[in-house]
Amino acid sequence: MNVFASVGRATLDLLREIGRLSIFTADAVTSFVRPPIYWSLVGKQIMRIGYFSLPVVGLTAFFTGAVLALQIYIGTARYGAEQFVPTVVLIGILRELGPVIAGLMVAGRVAAAIAAELGTMRVTEQIDALTTLATRPIKYLVVPRLMAALISMPILVAIADAIGVMGGYVAATESLDFTGSIYLNTTMAALSNNDIASGLYKAVVFGFLIALMGCYNGFNSKGGAQGVGAATTNAVVSASILILVANYILTNIFNLLGI
Amino acid sequence: MESAASVTADAKIVIKGVKKRFGPKVVLDGLDLVVPRGQSLVIIGGSGTGKSVTIKCVLGILKPDAGQILVDGQDTAKLRGNARDAYLRKFGMLFQGAALFDSMTVWENVAFGLIQGRGVKRATAREIAFEKLAKVGLAADVGALYPSELSGGMQKRVGLARAIAAEPEIIFFDEPTTGLDPIMSDIINNLIVETRGSGTTTLSITHDLVSARKIADRIAMLYKGKIIWEGPTAEIDRSGNPYVEQFIHGRAEGPIKMEVKA
Repeated sequence: MNVFASVGRATLDLLREIGRLSIFTADAVTSFVRPPIYWSLVGKQIMRIGYFSLPVVGLTAFFTGAVLALQIYIGTARYGAEQFVPTVVLIGILRELGPVIAGLMVAGRVAAAIAAELGTMRVTEQIDALTTLATRPIKYLVVPRLMAALISMPILVAIADAIGVMGGYVAATESLDFTGSIYLNTTMAALSNNDIASGLYKAVVFGFLIALMGCYNGFNSKGGAQGVGAATTNAVVSASILILVANYILTNIFNLLGI
Repeated sequence: MESAASVTADAKIVIKGVKKRFGPKVVLDGLDLVVPRGQSLVIIGGSGTGKSVTIKCVLGILKPDAGQILVDGQDTAKLRGNARDAYLRKFGMLFQGAALFDSMTVWENVAFGLIQGRGVKRATAREIAFEKLAKVGLAADVGALYPSELSGGMQKRVGLARAIAAEPEIIFFDEPTTGLDPIMSDIINNLIVETRGSGTTTLSITHDLVSARKIADRIAMLYKGKIIWEGPTAEIDRSGNPYVEQFIHGRAEGPIKMEVKA
């Protein structure tokens, strides 16, 4: 087996995949601005992507905030700096953990669901059937999901932020010796618009990546049940990785811009 | 083979030298075919000879690597945006597995092309949907069911009702009788002949010869990405073509070798 041939083939496959994804993305984004927009479908997807993700996002945010408070206490207490716990919890949740935890949970729930649904529609020819009924599949299936994710994610993250900070408060007052009013006052004093905004900007990007990966993998699934399974796995894995990579890049950009 | 030029004048669909390959696998290798206006042409051929790919190329779901497809004299490769939407409104299609939308009820499936594709009001589209369901022999109470609650034969009927709902100029039938028992096959064949109406051009693909003889005005045989025989249905038994002979008599021995290795 020629090593160069296999390296070359892998490289070509990668480039082909990137090209395909770019065309798909461009197609989806340009369809955004052209009528018709199926608003009732956008509403339905907001329910599925946003509203029904609330319990799982809320629960994970609560316990993340709580455990964050406990860990930061261990770190700061060594230097007698326990009074910084509320501030660090607040910044950690708003800037990083709120959007990332919500993003990963929604990636697991929603990217998988979208990929499985569209993948099944693909292999049973339902997507081709849309075309024969004079309906553009990208407009009818992809745009509503992308739009719903773009709208839902910032709202979900805002709620996750509030619940996460509350988790920190509960842990600090129940397990540690913080006084509730002091904890809350410190939190409120540390609250800054930039911290909130940077998390919400991230949420918009994550929402886009989640819906895009779900739609792209579903749209391109092949074969039967196995193909749909592979598409679902790929959607969740690629969405999760892209969220973490995008998070790093965005944090760098925000640092540079001073947000 | 009859000269294609003589029918081009009144051709609805003209396929010229279309080539399509997937990776190293050549599926269509210079396909030439003319579907005359208002006639029913059936493409026969073994599994994996590129029958479905042909239809998907005409619809623009797949882009041919080479060649030209003309519908009403219009080159389909150049269509974009609204022109493409208008183009697609000419077609209706019955899919092999019916391809009904499982998230919608039966009547919503039938009305879909009217509501989404053509902007017909929901109430009007609903009336038309029930009228078409009656036409394919389904009672009104079926309209409220979901596709998963129906048998294969009933799904095919709903798929047929959906394909004809908007009274398209061209209807494609992809393996209309595959997977159905002989009686249900005959019922579907009759429905296809009845519901076609006059003036509709149809292109079907099948490997069921009973079905082909019943619904076709003309038959074309596809083999290795090319049309190897084309003529009126009545002449299929005297084609003098060894490939066609082997196929219509279903012989294992003959010029067609089944490619067992993919």
